[in-house]
Amino acid sequence: MELKHLIGKTGNPFTFKVEQRHIRQFAQAIGDSNPLYTDEEYAKKTPYKGIIAPLTFPIAVKPDDENDKFDLGLDYRRMLHGEQQFKYSRPIRAGETLYCHMKVTDVYEKDGKNGAMEFILLDTEINDENGEHIVTSRTNILYRPLVTN
Amino acid sequence: MIDLSQLVEGLNLPEYKKEKVTKVQLVKYAGASGDFNPLHTDDAFAQKIGLNGVIAHGMLIMGFLGEYVNKIANNEGQVIDFKMRFGAMTFPEDEIVCKGIVKEKNKVDGKTEVVLKLFAVKDISEVVGTGEAVIQF
Repeated sequence: MELKHLIGKTGNPFTFKVEQRHIRQFAQAIGDSNPLYTDEEYAKKTPYKGIIAPLTFPIAVKPDDENDKFDLGLDYRRMLHGEQQFKYSRPIRAGETLYCHMKVTDVYEKDGKNGAMEFILLDTEINDENGEHIVTSRTNILYRPLVTN
Repeated sequence: MIDLSQLVEGLNLPEYKKEKVTKVQLVKYAGASGDFNPLHTDDAFAQKIGLNGVIAHGMLIMGFLGEYVNKIANNEGQVIDFKMRFGAMTFPEDEIVCKGIVKEKNKVDGKTEVVLKLFAVKDISEVVGTGEAVIQF
């Protein structure tokens, strides 16, 4: 297997400030008009007691600094986003700072039509300032042979 | 929307039809998500790799299902697990319909957990993604 050596590789830890404006823009791009993401007065009256981020928001949580980018040294043309999962302990709140680190948790092989295909499981664990878990974002990447035209 | 207590195993959830996907929406989503792969915003680039034009971010479609799940959760139940497997590609002008069915209902540590099976579908039957979500209340 080509990518087995990546298992356990971790990126630089980074922090991410959740701007209310960012949450609004994210919800608007999806076309999600739930006031829970934009209207503080409304959100306060829900069990959430304030504005939270949409379920898929962790996908937008990335290092601001290019130097902290998690580089796996892979050919991006061969990567295909196959599956995505979010496991939540609680929602992400507007205004909070997230403490994040990324890790390759597994690499495995499956037989496909055009020979063996490799899959990479990439986790981003997102905690609060006290190290309490908020959400883990798990991306399953299919690494396929390069198709040449 | 349905009251959470009415979610029972096998129940078909009301469908939710999204407005047509637009190119402007893909640009907005690229900006909001930070995914600037030109495959989603640059027709010339997409054509160079053999497509008719740009395709939607898979995560945008998952965003549609996320919106749907939280409609079901009614801003009361908390979604503790949400996953999706990506299927057929979505293009601008495609109309996505979100569908769901209650797969299981369990009592876990004194709380109720409802497992939903989710589908994002276009052109009536083409599945662009399947997912699952667990709502806890």
